[in-house]
Amino acid sequence: MAKLKGVGMAAVNYPTGMNLGGDPSQALIHSTTTGNFVISLSSTDLGQGLKTVIAQIGAEVLGVPFDNVLIDTADTDTGPHCMGTFASRATHRVGNAVIQAAEEARKIMLEVAADELEISPDDLETDGQGNIRVKGSPEKSINIVDLALAAHFKYGRTISGRGMYMKPKSDVDPETGKMDPDSTEAHACTVAEVEVDTETGEVTVFSLKSAYEIGRQVNPALVEGQIRGGSVMGMAHVLYETTHPYYPEVDHLPTGFSDYVLPGPWELPEVESVVLEYPSVNGPYGVKGLGEMTANSPIPAIANAITDAIGVRITEIPITPEKILRALEEKENVSN
Amino acid sequence: MSVRIVNFTLNGRNIDVMVKPLTTLQKLLREHLNYTATKTGCKQGSCGSCTVLVNGEPMVSCLLPVEDIVGKNVLTLEGLSDNGDLHPIQESFFELFAVQCGYCTPGMIMVSKALLDHNPDPNRDEILDALTGNYCRCTGYEPIIRAVEESARRLNLAGEGV
Amino acid sequence: MSERTLNVVGKSVPRRDGMGHVTGKTVFVNDIRFPDMLYLKMVRSSVPHAKILNVDFSAAEKVPGYVRALTHEDVPKNIYTILTLIGVGPDEEYVLAEDKVRYIGEPIAAVLAETEEAAMEAAAQVRLELEELPAVFDVEEALKPGAPILKEWGTNYFVYEGHHCRRVRFGDVEQGFNEADFIVEDRYQTSPIEHAPSETTGCIAKPEADGRITIFSNTQALFFTLDNAAIILQVPFQKLHLVGGTVGGGFGGKVDVIVEPISALAAMKTNRPVKYVFSRQEEMQASSSRGAWRMYFKDGVTKDGRIVARKITTYADAGAYNRHTPYAVTKHAANIAGPYRIPNVWIDAHCVYTNKQPGSAMRGFGVTPASFALEMQMDKIAKVVGMDPWEIRFLNAYRDGDMKPHQKVVEDATLIEVMQAAAQLVGHDLPENLMQMKSGNGKEA
Repeated sequence: MAKLKGVGMAAVNYPTGMNLGGDPSQALIHSTTTGNFVISLSSTDLGQGLKTVIAQIGAEVLGVPFDNVLIDTADTDTGPHCMGTFASRATHRVGNAVIQAAEEARKIMLEVAADELEISPDDLETDGQGNIRVKGSPEKSINIVDLALAAHFKYGRTISGRGMYMKPKSDVDPETGKMDPDSTEAHACTVAEVEVDTETGEVTVFSLKSAYEIGRQVNPALVEGQIRGGSVMGMAHVLYETTHPYYPEVDHLPTGFSDYVLPGPWELPEVESVVLEYPSVNGPYGVKGLGEMTANSPIPAIANAITDAIGVRITEIPITPEKILRALEEKENVSN
Repeated sequence: MSVRIVNFTLNGRNIDVMVKPLTTLQKLLREHLNYTATKTGCKQGSCGSCTVLVNGEPMVSCLLPVEDIVGKNVLTLEGLSDNGDLHPIQESFFELFAVQCGYCTPGMIMVSKALLDHNPDPNRDEILDALTGNYCRCTGYEPIIRAVEESARRLNLAGEGV
Repeated sequence: MSERTLNVVGKSVPRRDGMGHVTGKTVFVNDIRFPDMLYLKMVRSSVPHAKILNVDFSAAEKVPGYVRALTHEDVPKNIYTILTLIGVGPDEEYVLAEDKVRYIGEPIAAVLAETEEAAMEAAAQVRLELEELPAVFDVEEALKPGAPILKEWGTNYFVYEGHHCRRVRFGDVEQGFNEADFIVEDRYQTSPIEHAPSETTGCIAKPEADGRITIFSNTQALFFTLDNAAIILQVPFQKLHLVGGTVGGGFGGKVDVIVEPISALAAMKTNRPVKYVFSRQEEMQASSSRGAWRMYFKDGVTKDGRIVARKITTYADAGAYNRHTPYAVTKHAANIAGPYRIPNVWIDAHCVYTNKQPGSAMRGFGVTPASFALEMQMDKIAKVVGMDPWEIRFLNAYRDGDMKPHQKVVEDATLIEVMQAAAQLVGHDLPENLMQMKSGNGKEA
């Protein structure tokens, strides 16, 4: 009876966007009388933080403080169409739509500022703090609140914009499978360290260390949130979870958390990661997205680490203690 | 159909409520009193999203009949902040990104409060022990553990300042 | 966008909804209540495959608080259309079962009552008369002659433009196997799993004074839900108004438009708000799972570690109904050969029906099982050839400009770079030639 250690790695890609495209998202932006910008969407935040990153992207393009950007979602009466939040598409598609809308709004904002400051719009820049100022002469500036008031009540202009992003839908060749499924690919590589207890069959995951390449991090803390959450979900998938414990039979189906086995705080591995950014050709600020990929690379990395530890490949997940003990037993029978 | 009147203290206020027998505290809070911070993840007592404190002890309100809290002190997330100021535990969860979808958050915060009230300087194992009854699918737990550590630090600092 | 100093993008600004979450003020669907609201509970099949002979409501009707029940006869267009809206057919799932049930948990009738308890009690009192039919659970058994057939069109598989599976044909695998020094084969199997979000699926459908219906939902896709619900209800699209955007965990489990149509129908029939929220048991067993996948690999590898041929046969266990699985099988086929440069690839990816809980979208849909299988396979290849697992991947990694098996040119490749970074992170020394590799020319971080 022993505790055997093992190390395993896995390297994966993950495609961005609904497969084959045809999944548009739209955004509308308008400024209030006092320089707050409302981004209207019908997109959903599942907890990953879409409302936050979209406000960041909008604020960046407009050149206004983050706090000046309000996100209004989701309501099908007021928000333009969004295909939905899935397939790691949201930041990519909605982000691109917001950039387009924000660029239109920004252009009008600068035109109004140009009229107020009596200068060409090309000579203006935003300072990100709420001011539009003349390049090279920052003392000549106008505050966004004054600008918005002027636009509304002096010039009769609407500082607003419309945006849309869609990868056109394409078909699959039924004979060869030729297709254009995705907008870009993110990549990940995970190294897992495990220990297998040969007496109980239990696997302890000591660490999951990964590199993620995701194009661009809009919000590093939220990226880390996906990495940590995905790591645990991946570990759960490969070691614990099943809705059909006697798959493919339908006996003893779990009904809740007492019989659907999931890891908790005591089972956490050390999770360490580095994030690389190689901007994609078509993502907003080069964003690729990562919401799904983070659960994928830990799974084979852990399975490969178990193989390394016990010298037997178990190719059916979840790799439960029972499967490990049976595999060890079989290995011993074979060698006898 | 009989009803009874139950008297207890909720978030510092003494109240009387009229309930049918075996109404759960979860249902009373959410549907009778509109205190919806306490969540309904499973109604099986296994996810912890309905955690409230009863006389300082964390309990799953989905399995707790209101009859069992007669005369007791109940604290929900709504009662945690004082005059609208965030409790240090709430601050820590917010600043350390220990929330994603937010559904497990009320339960996590309440169970953390119970821990820190009993044990102001818990080590990591004690924090893990306190959190094991609360399920989270989004965060991978580590940010929550760190938020509890930070909460302890802030509470101790605040205590020293007195 | 030109590269200049960014003010906001790239910063860890606090979450917009963080304050709501830590104070409990964020509103989730089940936190909402309206006066005169009814509760909907579903009567479901307890067996995997059966003919429905009779549904008897007489005992249910006597439960105090019972209002009414809905069966398939009440549903204007009793067919889920979720695939049609993304251009994939045919539609074959019912909102409420008509003459058959095909999985444990399939919805048969919706019961409406004044309280949640009354609805649960009434649903439990509905008497089902079911004649069990032979069931099939295994994907390969389901494809054998003589297997019980689930679909009206007579097969247990989804038809891809005349084919029994999604095909990828690239180069000539048999030729590749002839050139190979080693043949490496194996079988991989994943299990169905549950999204298990903290918040269960649910919605409230509320009739408005102007005749419209507002549906408060935790769906991940509002317009998708609106369009599908309107088609099922056979009402003008502008009659429905979806409100949501705050989801207590999705992971793909809230894109199936499962609760909204029947709730809206109930609201229309009763002119009262109707709440339908899954219990944890329903979320576990009746909502979609991530379907299981079975994958067979046969690789031809040269003695210097190059994969020259890859032949893959896979079976997606869709469960009893399509949901989004046929779409996922196509996505799976585009990724199962992996981020590697392989000159000859042959893939047959099947979408198979069995008498189980339907699978649908879940984080990584179609790619998660693919990555699991192919990365275990890469390690096996390394072992057979006698190479280090890192090296075998570097050698075969795709680069910009390579051709993928589905005939798309590789762009934005960074597999080599993530492996280099991961190796550095864990202190694994890679040979210099591997550390010098690049995915493309002029690649800048």
